[in-house]
Amino acid sequence: MGVIIGVLEQGFIYGIVALGIYITYQILDFPDLTVDGSFPLGAAVSAILIVNGMNPYLALMISFLVGVLAGICTGIIHVKLKVRDLLSGIIMMTGLYSINLRIAGKANVTMFKQETVFENAAYGALIPEALRSYQTVIMAFVIAVIMKLLLDAYLKTKSGYLLRAAGDNATLVTTLAKDQGMVKIVGLAIANGLVALGGGVMAQQQRYFDVSMGTGTMVLGLASVIIGTKLLKNVSFVKPTTAVLFGAVAYKACVACAISLGLEARDMKLVMATLFLVILVVTVDRKKKVKGNA
Amino acid sequence: MLELQHVDKYYNPGTVNEMCLFKDFNLKINDGEFVSVVGSNGSGKTSMLNLVCGSIPVDAGKILVGGTDITKKKDFLRYQNIGRVYQDPAMGTCPNMTILENMSLADNKGKKFGLKLGTNKARIEYYKEQLARLDLGLEDKLDIKVGSLSGGQRQAMALLMATMTPIEFLILDEHTAALDPKTADLIMELTDQIVKEKHLTTIMVTHNLRYAVEYGNRLVMMHEGKAILDKAGEEKASMKVEEILGLFTEISIECGN
Repeated sequence: MGVIIGVLEQGFIYGIVALGIYITYQILDFPDLTVDGSFPLGAAVSAILIVNGMNPYLALMISFLVGVLAGICTGIIHVKLKVRDLLSGIIMMTGLYSINLRIAGKANVTMFKQETVFENAAYGALIPEALRSYQTVIMAFVIAVIMKLLLDAYLKTKSGYLLRAAGDNATLVTTLAKDQGMVKIVGLAIANGLVALGGGVMAQQQRYFDVSMGTGTMVLGLASVIIGTKLLKNVSFVKPTTAVLFGAVAYKACVACAISLGLEARDMKLVMATLFLVILVVTVDRKKKVKGNA
Repeated sequence: MLELQHVDKYYNPGTVNEMCLFKDFNLKINDGEFVSVVGSNGSGKTSMLNLVCGSIPVDAGKILVGGTDITKKKDFLRYQNIGRVYQDPAMGTCPNMTILENMSLADNKGKKFGLKLGTNKARIEYYKEQLARLDLGLEDKLDIKVGSLSGGQRQAMALLMATMTPIEFLILDEHTAALDPKTADLIMELTDQIVKEKHLTTIMVTHNLRYAVEYGNRLVMMHEGKAILDKAGEEKASMKVEEILGLFTEISIECGN
């Protein structure tokens, strides 16, 4: 039971990250490596603000906004300075490593007794005693679902339509008299905002920030997006954003299985990478088969 | 009025493959003209459209719209009063968005793409009306993704979308070339209706000489970056397909084809 709850907690938190990566990878078709830097960025910001006594919800909002800034920087490097998409992300990811250290002041920050969005005196009245042990998973679920609903709502606005059009057919955006570059920057901003928010939530859940916690964010998010959207592709009533959240939980479950089969925690990233490779190979194969039959 | 003045355009400048496409190219298109442009491959037809739309920059010369110099204007800003339909039906629509979403996008051209709801429910009836004109049954399939439509259906939608909001110029880049003859006729007829109805100044590049002769009120034939034939009004109206075909053959023989 404990394992399942752990998988769900982590799955929902990384689901927020996966929603961001869904925007760049699936909607904009932009391989954005900034996320490996913006995830710990959000974590660093949340951790340091909470240590300094800020309200944890406010800290999360600031994490989101700082992530938005990081996304805008990547966008400007790519669109205005005309650096290739992958390289723009790598430049930002590398630069953010030092910035994260600067923000946190050191490589780890631990939150001991401070209130977080997961452990909060206010919940005493709100959450019944029986559910107290599920408090963390409930909060992770609530935050992930709120973010999903907000993203769904955004994608239905005019601005959201334009974002989807930019990934679908960039030429059309130009003929609609809109600057494709600006649309990309907006997309990257929202995506990295979500990723940094995920980082902030993660830091609050595990009660510490570590400068290397961002390694593999891209792999994890991408794997979640691909698993979710491929597995639930033919289930028409499931929105892609829901599928992405599901994918994050499924991916975390796979990793947990691998670990329980006797691998150690330090093998985690290797397991993540291998699993991602398997997913990529399996899904590519399917595409080919479809093409062969057509 | 659209004017190209003394335009030069080189491809691969400074390399052994340097190719001069336009040297001192001039063309003036008056308001309300429907110009059909014909010519062999590589004669500069599509390049001319790209220069007008700003997809590629000029190396020298000016492009004027209504007397205003737009040579330095960014491509996406030029599209504020230009609608364009491409040869590839996939270029004018978003395949992963529904018909309704595509229509809503096109309807919002020139306005702000902010945080208001993407589809204005009050406009759905209007979209249906417009789609019904195409006579392809699309008005009953608003929630279907455009990617699942046929090339002809998509091109019809692309044409509708390009001309939905008030524009001055319509740029048609071989927009019937990828369609079967029957669908091509249908799209061409629809194009003519829309152009007349909205009084659009139109430039249509086509390889179909019959369309070039039948539609529009001016015909330009291009060859090696020059307009070698330019007929308007009465002269254009009396032209026959055979005449143009004859001229075409002559050029081709010169080129050694």
